[in-house]
Amino acid sequence: MSKIGLPRGLLYYEFAPLWTTFFEALGAEVVVSPKTNKKILDDGTRYCVDDACIPVKVFHGHVLNLKNKVDTLFIPRIMGIHQKEYICPKFCGLPEMIKYSINDLPKMINTKIDYTKKDQSKRTMNQIASYITTNKKTIQKAYQMANQSYTEYKKNQKELLISNNHNIMIMGHPYIIYDDFLNMSIKKKLKKAGLYPVTYDIFDESILNKYALGYHGKIFWLFFRKMIGACLYLIDHKLVDGVIYLSSFGCGIDSVVAETVERNIRRNSQIPFMLITIDEHSGEAGFNTRLEAFIDMLKWRNKDENYLSPYGDYVYSR
Amino acid sequence: MKITFPHMGTTYIPVKMMLDELEVEVVLPPKSNKKTLELGTKYSPEGICVPFKIITGNIIEGIEQGADTVFMLTGCGPCRFGIFHALQNEIIRDMGYEVEFITADRFSNYQGLKEFVDQLKEASSSNHYIKILKTIRKGLKLLNEVDVLHDLGNKIRPKEINKGEVDYLFSHYENEIRKSYGYIEMMEITKSYQEKIKNVSINKSRDCLKVGIVGEIYTIIENYINFNIERKLGNMGVEVIRTTSATEFVREQLDFIPFIRSEKKKIYQAASLYLDIPIGGHAINTIGNIIRGVHNEYDGFVHLLPFTCMPEIVALSILPTIEKEQNVPIMSLVLDEMTGEAGYMTRLEAFVDLIQRRRELKNEGKSFSWY
Ligand code: SF4
Ligand code: SF4
Repeated sequence: MSKIGLPRGLLYYEFAPLWTTFFEALGAEVVVSPKTNKKILDDGTRYCVDDACIPVKVFHGHVLNLKNKVDTLFIPRIMGIHQKEYICPKFCGLPEMIKYSINDLPKMINTKIDYTKKDQSKRTMNQIASYITTNKKTIQKAYQMANQSYTEYKKNQKELLISNNHNIMIMGHPYIIYDDFLNMSIKKKLKKAGLYPVTYDIFDESILNKYALGYHGKIFWLFFRKMIGACLYLIDHKLVDGVIYLSSFGCGIDSVVAETVERNIRRNSQIPFMLITIDEHSGEAGFNTRLEAFIDMLKWRNKDENYLSPYGDYVYSR
Repeated sequence: MKITFPHMGTTYIPVKMMLDELEVEVVLPPKSNKKTLELGTKYSPEGICVPFKIITGNIIEGIEQGADTVFMLTGCGPCRFGIFHALQNEIIRDMGYEVEFITADRFSNYQGLKEFVDQLKEASSSNHYIKILKTIRKGLKLLNEVDVLHDLGNKIRPKEINKGEVDYLFSHYENEIRKSYGYIEMMEITKSYQEKIKNVSINKSRDCLKVGIVGEIYTIIENYINFNIERKLGNMGVEVIRTTSATEFVREQLDFIPFIRSEKKKIYQAASLYLDIPIGGHAINTIGNIIRGVHNEYDGFVHLLPFTCMPEIVALSILPTIEKEQNVPIMSLVLDEMTGEAGYMTRLEAFVDLIQRRRELKNEGKSFSWY
């Protein structure tokens, strides 16, 4: 039985149930690297090009963790998973980044996942499956099971929306907001303070799409669409008491998206906003200080009738 | 309507000419300089690539000089370039300016091209389609001649006998161009300077080192951000080959039209040994052009990229392997608003020394492994 390694990084956080179910149903053993830890980050940083963003470095670390434990690594080349929409050039070149940075790798499955022109999921899954089996029936069944578990996973994310009035929206790439090492367990910290962290995954795609359409520029990035959609929706409905954007230092997408989200929120709403940039040197102490200050401000603001801007550069009342 | 547009090297020449021909009033911002960058940096998100910052600076300077409309190119697929204008629009709006943005979407098919023409028509309502199309053709022609002039300069500069002559001619050329108007005049000036450059007296027997410039297109073409690398290398006696140009960029966009040819296929073919699929931006061109240059016996390559440039970071991770396997020196220079000229020069000089030594050893018949 072949052992397939799934590095716990980047879009693993979006597709874990899909990929795991698929490979298992095909009869492979799936090995997922452990949750990100200091060693994984350090190893990744050592092997990856200096100028890359932290999530890509962490991904390298996960590959290093797995490389001697499995006989195949699943590192697809993800061009885009929706029509006319890309994710990031680094996803397209991920197989090369890994291949030319790490020696003595096991076999890799680098199937191209490209739905930017049309939905090719069936064909793509067939291609991936061919590394393990040629049995059409097994593949067909695995495909169905995988889709089902993914749909379920997405549905469960929606149910997380609890209507209370202490929601804090955490924005950023899934591999930051769901990687508790990178986000320094922000959710736990918020909960401890009596706040309720949510992510844009609680919203229906259709809502995100509808609101993203209201944006004036052409959108051809997946995360831009999701986050600007969520942002405009929040402005409209005021569902949260605050927005925290966790961005990765050196991320080309975040530099645009965070700025756009911030400008829109500040211009059109009174929702407090905070941007925290994460890199491999950011210490937890500094992070905590900023988070606590933000939480204090929210609490104080909720008590008081006079609303104060989190930045202190202008004061307005309601 | 008074229209302004950002700079990228000498591309302002054909763009201004086209707008002149369509009788649109142009506000040409000053060439990118220290103040442009400072201004752009001040109003841009911190983590964005430096092309965005300079372009934002250009736009602000254009508006400060009275422009009420901004013309921006978009496109470029998965990378940030395509979204520049949307964020710049927000930045300008938050600064309190009320200006219109006209964008030319990536014209890689007939539909895109038509939209572009429609935009131009909107900008100059009295113009007919035919006239606009003719003007676009003129634009392409002039763009090409400007690039020819540029490359001539790179060829002649390292061999000139009176140091500085080529640079002197170029500064006069741009002065004259800035004062000129319309196709006929600009074309005449450009052609006459091609002749002048050709007539610069040179040391024919001089055997120059050859260095290819590869990397992200804006940093290659905009010589303010790359500290005039072509001149610097040229004046050190190095023949510089700019592996891409605005002409080639436009051709790559337009090569779905039968009579327009680009080098794209050949470049991709050459790159395929290391990267067999375009991943956005110019990463594949970087790889392909290095391989092509190796075949043409270039002595080395300078790889230019803005800090945080996503596609070029992918290229960056492939380059060490290419250096080793192709046995050729490649130096990557990461550029941003903090890059200091002194450190940059030191690295450039050290690089030229290195390839010079390599060349000498090679001429003596000894091999010199880069690794
Ligand atoms: S989207 Fe940003 S964080 Fe993600 S891989 Fe690309 S540059 Fe890195
Ligand atoms: S290719 Fe690089 S420099 Fe150009 S927009 Fe993308 S990130 Fe910026």
